Amino acid sequence: MFNTKDILETIHMISDEHLDIRTVTMGISLLDCADSDIDCACEKIYNKITSRAKNLVSVCSDIEREYGIPIINKRISVTPIALVAAASKGGDVVKFARTLQKCADEVGVNFIGGYSALVQKGFAAGDLELIESIPEALNVTQNICSSVNIGSSKAGINLDAVALMGRIIRKSAEITADRDCIGPAKLVVFCNAPEDNPFMAGAFHGVSEPDCVINVGVSGPGVVKSALERSEGLNITEVAELIKRTAFKITRMGQLVAQEASRRLGVPFGIVDLSLAPTPAVGDSVAHILEEIGLSQCGSAGTTAALAILNDAVKKGGVMASSSVGGLSGAFIPVSEDAGMIAAAKNGTLTIEKLEAMTAVCSVGLDMIVIPGDTPADVISAIILDEAAIGMANFKTTAARLIPAIGKNMGDMLSFGGLLGEAPVMPVSTASPAKFISRGGHIPAPLQSLKN
Amino acid sequence: MQAVISVVGRDRVGILKDVATKCADRNVNVIDVSQTVLRDMFTMIMLVDISEINIKFGDFSLEMEAFGKEIGMEIRAMHEDIFNSMHRI
Repeated sequence: MFNTKDILETIHMISDEHLDIRTVTMGISLLDCADSDIDCACEKIYNKITSRAKNLVSVCSDIEREYGIPIINKRISVTPIALVAAASKGGDVVKFARTLQKCADEVGVNFIGGYSALVQKGFAAGDLELIESIPEALNVTQNICSSVNIGSSKAGINLDAVALMGRIIRKSAEITADRDCIGPAKLVVFCNAPEDNPFMAGAFHGVSEPDCVINVGVSGPGVVKSALERSEGLNITEVAELIKRTAFKITRMGQLVAQEASRRLGVPFGIVDLSLAPTPAVGDSVAHILEEIGLSQCGSAGTTAALAILNDAVKKGGVMASSSVGGLSGAFIPVSEDAGMIAAAKNGTLTIEKLEAMTAVCSVGLDMIVIPGDTPADVISAIILDEAAIGMANFKTTAARLIPAIGKNMGDMLSFGGLLGEAPVMPVSTASPAKFISRGGHIPAPLQSLKN
Repeated sequence: MQAVISVVGRDRVGILKDVATKCADRNVNVIDVSQTVLRDMFTMIMLVDISEINIKFGDFSLEMEAFGKEIGMEIRAMHEDIFNSMHRI
């Protein structure tokens, strides 16, 4: 017989502390859909996605009902479209984005990720066309996400690509200015992008992945915060231990759902991503965990250390709870998606510079940050470059998802709605890095030895 | 196959009977019950056998939730695996 306390704890986590499965993401390889005729390629893509993911949403709904655990998003990640598009000669690459949108509508998923290119070492056939088409692709679709990997610890950083992405992000914001610049909120620039990440906007299905796979991302900042709240007077060792134990429980839930979804869909289970993913809802904030650890507000001195403790404890607890861990696995700090971050950004406690430091010790990077609408493209590129350098030098994933608020300035807000939330415009340094960015070329990969 | 039904709400006469009747209607066998009343709040945990259930368990779960609303209680029917996975290694 079960322990009543355990049962009530689980129910309490779900009903009051926002414990949920953030996403069940089906990774689908589109490598076999390449075709010299773009329309044929799109047809093959449509047929493959709609047949593979036909039951994804209904199976997830069944699991939700039977286990009583909400699954917030059902998503699909696909092979980076640039790889598929490379085979098609001529034709508008945006057709691929429209096809993916049609698939999303047909199977009822919340997002499809993978309108992507991997250019850390240089541009191959199809890469440039795809990147140039991103603003339009994000403009004409609603549920498609895009990402570009511009650097890695093995390959270094493609500075030409970084320069290009600054311009692409600006353009994407400009043509979606009438919709609160939603375009770049669906676009991530990565260094060391993981190939099995279930989270958006950066999900894509890596080339070394199997044909079809189920990856699951859990979420539970509220549960961690409540556990800390209930336990007054702990020293920091005990805090780390408590977070670890809580992360273990959260991840076990993810493992169960991943295995069950994989069994019912007849698709192999890939990984559970251990990330603590916040939502704008009250009580679902990573910033509030840091504040519960003892900061008066997220962004104060001590924030980086608190985040490092949280990030490490989440991984240690999660790793034991799942047979296979991957993706980004760490704490997320997307400003617009986290009530505590929004508040701290609004009153100026949280700055981009502090966020940059925080990204050195947690997963992802400068995420969902709204910058002034008149920020020049080369400043955006340089922010991306700084972030990529942290990732490259520290052998970790970093990313930038920056949204220039066209026509808006300090004190204004952008509101994206849903899980993407809202955020105030944050100040950025306006001193020009133009000469650096315009040099072009390739930043050499860091030394792998002499590590002192 | 087993499931856990939890019932939380203001205490009144006949809750156990009402929930047990619903279970019987769906051929769900009650194995164990534990209940407490704390300051008028009634909390009941039922362990039930669902191997002979005559509808899909997901539908039963929805039905119980709706029934809970009808009688002003919060009722959840959840597969036992979720508790197994979370609390047992």
